[in-house]
Amino acid sequence: MHRETAPPAATDAADTFPRLLLGHARDRAGRTAIREKDLGIWLSWTWREVAEEVRAIACGLAAIGFGRGRTLAVIGDNRPRLYWTMMAAQALGGIAVPLYQDAVADEMLFVLENAGITLAVVEDQEQVDKLLELRPRFPGLEHIVYDDPRGLRNYPDAPLLSFEDLLRRGHDHDRDHPGFFEAEVAKGHADDIAVMLYTSGTTGNPKGVCHTHASLIAAARGDVEFDGFGPSDEVLSYLPMAWVGDHLFSYAQALVAGFCVNCPESSETVMTDMREIGPTYYFAPPRVFENLLTQVMIRMDDAAPLKRRMFHYFMAVARRCGATLLDGRRAEVPLHDRILYAIGRFLVYGPLCNVLGMSRIRVAYTGGAAIGPDLFDFYRSIGINLKQLYGQTETAVYVCKQPNGEVKLDTVGKPLPGVQVRIADSGEVQVRTPGMLKEYYRRPDATAESISPDGWFLTGDAGFFDDDGHLRIIDRAKDVGRLEDGTLFAPQYIENKLKFFPHVKEAVAFGDHRAACCAFVNIDLGSVGNWAERQGIAYSGYTDLAQKDAVYALIQECVEKVNEDLAREPHLAGSQIRRFLILHKELDADDGELTRTRKLRRGFIAERYRQLVDALYSDATHCEVEAHVKFEDGRSGVVRADVKIRDARCLPAGPVHRQAA
Amino acid sequence: MTHDHNPGRRIGETLLAVENISLAFGGVRALTDISFDVREHEIRAIIGPNGAGKSSMLNCVNGVYRPQQGTIRFAGQTFRHMHPHKAALMGIARTFQNIALFRGMSVLDNIMTGRNLKMRCGLFLQALYVGPNRREELAHREKVEHIIDFLQIESVRKTPVGRLPYGIQKRVELGRALAAEPRLLLLDEPMAGMNIEEKQDMCRFILDVNDEFGTTIVLIEHDMGVVMDISDRVVVLDYGRKIGDGSPDEVRANQDVIDAYLGVAH
Repeated sequence: MHRETAPPAATDAADTFPRLLLGHARDRAGRTAIREKDLGIWLSWTWREVAEEVRAIACGLAAIGFGRGRTLAVIGDNRPRLYWTMMAAQALGGIAVPLYQDAVADEMLFVLENAGITLAVVEDQEQVDKLLELRPRFPGLEHIVYDDPRGLRNYPDAPLLSFEDLLRRGHDHDRDHPGFFEAEVAKGHADDIAVMLYTSGTTGNPKGVCHTHASLIAAARGDVEFDGFGPSDEVLSYLPMAWVGDHLFSYAQALVAGFCVNCPESSETVMTDMREIGPTYYFAPPRVFENLLTQVMIRMDDAAPLKRRMFHYFMAVARRCGATLLDGRRAEVPLHDRILYAIGRFLVYGPLCNVLGMSRIRVAYTGGAAIGPDLFDFYRSIGINLKQLYGQTETAVYVCKQPNGEVKLDTVGKPLPGVQVRIADSGEVQVRTPGMLKEYYRRPDATAESISPDGWFLTGDAGFFDDDGHLRIIDRAKDVGRLEDGTLFAPQYIENKLKFFPHVKEAVAFGDHRAACCAFVNIDLGSVGNWAERQGIAYSGYTDLAQKDAVYALIQECVEKVNEDLAREPHLAGSQIRRFLILHKELDADDGELTRTRKLRRGFIAERYRQLVDALYSDATHCEVEAHVKFEDGRSGVVRADVKIRDARCLPAGPVHRQAA
Repeated sequence: MTHDHNPGRRIGETLLAVENISLAFGGVRALTDISFDVREHEIRAIIGPNGAGKSSMLNCVNGVYRPQQGTIRFAGQTFRHMHPHKAALMGIARTFQNIALFRGMSVLDNIMTGRNLKMRCGLFLQALYVGPNRREELAHREKVEHIIDFLQIESVRKTPVGRLPYGIQKRVELGRALAAEPRLLLLDEPMAGMNIEEKQDMCRFILDVNDEFGTTIVLIEHDMGVVMDISDRVVVLDYGRKIGDGSPDEVRANQDVIDAYLGVAH
């Protein structure tokens, strides 16, 4: 790309994030830009105040030696000051690198080294401790700026600097160098790298995805136009700042559309805070929607019989006609259902939305993983406009979205304006999007692998377009395999079907190059535990509950329902689950079995539980195992268990008569 | 536990000194001639086997029991015996071995009760929530919110205490004691019945209270690991007598203490 070296003619062209910020500070100076709940009270900052803060932070960062082309780590929960720090870093032409705040020190080390971090701005003592622990191995870290001083009074001064000190230095610097901030913002180019987001990496080390101002702003602008977001919208920012979803939603889109971002008090208070704010736009991975629904269902099971009956009656009404009404196809719904739905809205759906904090939601999105039919229907039927989207960190999640009124369960929607999607011969989905990454940081090899010479990003997902032009994703291209008899085997597709049952938390399907498909299941302790209590089954903990015969019977039912579903799909009927077992421990990111975004690390699991996999493919009815677990305080121990194995009924391929659904 | 005892922490003059305290319930001698002191800003542990008189000792300090002999000197004033109300006014707060919270009230309200002594407005004004009372209530609420933030219990702020798990209830009790902004905090087995994780959290909070607010802390605890980790000095009681006093290392090496804990052949 050709670029003039002359200073940009119009600095108010809103083509970088700092300029967008200054634009809002000018155009809607007095409107609330961001809120944070602190000490039980919502504090708010206007756009003008945010611009002032960012200016002070940027000058402070410059005073301690930060500048153009350098990288700055941001670690912590969603806090206004951390978002402002990213803006400030970008104002100086630097690159913001948000890290996962729950990563352990060793996991951080790789990213810090890879990104060449010299300066980190962190939330509190917890993060400071991790960085100080790494310091002997990573001497390049010159400054650690912390926001919350609690517990840090007696720490050494050396690399530490309080946020207040940073601001003080910023004000001094600003006074001594008038015009510095404006000049720095003016030097920024749209194709400077704005942010580096590390992908969680299901295999190998994480890679730093470099996005320019241009790519993120183009993607955010597309999103904002597609759904008509504006300054009056409200969002709750509660997802990890290092995740591309939060970055777009609480940062890029907020700066493009000028809407208000709300930071919850702590990760445990999100439910309450959401109810208080009542966001109009909401984005969550399916598991968040799932947790919410599980909580609702558990509470309904404990409710008085009359309420419970009312709930189930009106939920049946909603399932019948709610989604159709939401799509605006009123004519298709018989009058008496419309009346019942209106009563239901008053008695059940309205209060329920209110409890979930979703009363004001205009648009809610989910993505990143498949969502269960029951789950999806539930939210749509009670009138929440939940839609699916598709994209990845590398494409700034700007590939496909479901337009209003064209929402389908098993697709991820249509390509967005400006996006081209093609399906390779291998079945892989390849895209060209305005939100395309610039490169993987210092990984030309990985960049070349993921971007074809003619500029298409290779997503690694397998999928196809359906008759309506909607994209349907079935699995990771590399995970799609074949059974010994050549039947198509899409493990994630099967696992997702299992996970759609509230009793199943995780599932792992095996079958590539094997005679049949078999599965591991993780039960959901909350849901199954509650069920067990009502059945009068006593248990001492997860391991004990998981191996109860009654629980096996419960899960067997789920597995057989999945088989019933699979039997109906011509390509996949052969990959029904022949045998399964319930794992004696929950799969956990701390043990390396899941990524931080809770995706399975298939290879690792297969290796670790080789004994169990072998037992699944033998005639054994049980298998003794021991597993090493890491406790939350960092110690490790051994869990021993005798795991039972059960056979599941498989059905012949072809249409199956189902009881009235 | 990775707590660095910071040599720079300002351990000051003697804040509390109990001298020759003896307490008997009828013929049972609960405490015999106990003397020890607590310095400003330190964490002082009282340990001993069951029935050694640890809780009785705390009860003498805050005036619940009246010892038959001895004196208690607190913040420069000497008392034959304390009175609970006087103790509270002078800045002594405590938590109890068995949780003593208002189970039906929210966490917020429970901690608010800890501010009771600091409230100036009368019942009539309090009922109205206008004028000076409104300002006062807001100021108290802010203090309480700082404590809630400090103890990381924001998510249960409005939950009735009775519905909370045990470890959190213990934390709320600590919060209520802190709400009185005490100079001396008496903790009666703050970690009893907790699992390892809850214990670690509680240790962290005790150290933070000591560090952030400079509160002097006297705690009774059975878990030796905890005591040795967090306290500056330790008093050991056995059958109502003091058998050891000193730094954790000294106490650990004391033969009488070892005998009392491990038993000795008579």
